[in-house]
Amino acid sequence: MPKKDILVLQDLLLSNAQAAAAIRAELEGRGILAVNLMSSPGAGKTSLLERIAERTAGGLKIAVIEGDIETERDAERIRAKGVPAWQITTGGACHLEAKMVGRVLPSVPPETEILFIENVGNLVCPAGYDLGERLRIVLLSAPEGDDKPKKYPQAFATAQTLVLTKADLFPHLPFDPAKAKAEALELNPKLEVFITSAVTGEGLDELVAHLRRKREEILGRA
Amino acid sequence: MHELSVIASLFDTLLAQAKAHKARAITMVKLEVGALSGVVPELLESAFEIYKKGTIAEKADLVIDRRPFEVRCRACRAVETRSDFILACPSCGSTDLEIVHGTELVLQKIEAETE
Repeated sequence: MPKKDILVLQDLLLSNAQAAAAIRAELEGRGILAVNLMSSPGAGKTSLLERIAERTAGGLKIAVIEGDIETERDAERIRAKGVPAWQITTGGACHLEAKMVGRVLPSVPPETEILFIENVGNLVCPAGYDLGERLRIVLLSAPEGDDKPKKYPQAFATAQTLVLTKADLFPHLPFDPAKAKAEALELNPKLEVFITSAVTGEGLDELVAHLRRKREEILGRA
Repeated sequence: MHELSVIASLFDTLLAQAKAHKARAITMVKLEVGALSGVVPELLESAFEIYKKGTIAEKADLVIDRRPFEVRCRACRAVETRSDFILACPSCGSTDLEIVHGTELVLQKIEAETE
């Protein structure tokens, strides 16, 4: 039987990379900043989005894609704030892929300024998948511990923004925000770091201002 | 933990390549996997063994070429192989680094039996 070597040299995630590039081009053409939110389950992604929705009501136009393994719960929480939201249930998959996001894009209203994509709660796999976002935000909550950045380096190394959440719990836990920040900055010296609390409202104005600046950069590019 | 979806995507390519080259069987598949690719080679091997059953690659061996994480500093041009993921130059401290290797997740080549 003749044997043949076939040289391929193809990225195994090529189809995801192509879908992500198409999403980025479409959204930026429409003047929409796409934000990929990543964290462990329960770090406060949905609560943070609820607070952002309250603070930007009547001003900034936001929309949210929610990724979870099961249930519509998170999308319902966002819709209750008057913000358009779509739930993607992955049925077991541990991360969102660009094609899943692409299917939602036709529903995103034209006036949208920021599209948040809340990834499946997981600090590992989502980091390997480009969803076509311009801004990747990783959240680390106080109860998780300040030693997490180096344990899950890819998530912190590929993000541009870090949000330390649940600041209202700092006094009650052995969590040192300065240590968490220093560890993350060692991995990724360009990270911009914010500290927030969805309970007291600490840091939310600064984070919203940061998001507005990032959105303006998109307009400058288009 | 998403190694099975990576392998599923690999098989889409394998089947297309087998058809294009009129292969009867695929006997070897070689991948390049970088230390920063986010996948674990051992889990890729397990997923490959499960996935190949009943396909044209049923008898194929999976060969994985592991690529270390290597960065080049744009300031001092030093090239370093890193065992951690710290994105600062160990020689001059600059954070303006270029990743040379380590993010690869590439199907390099296939060996096939042809007509």
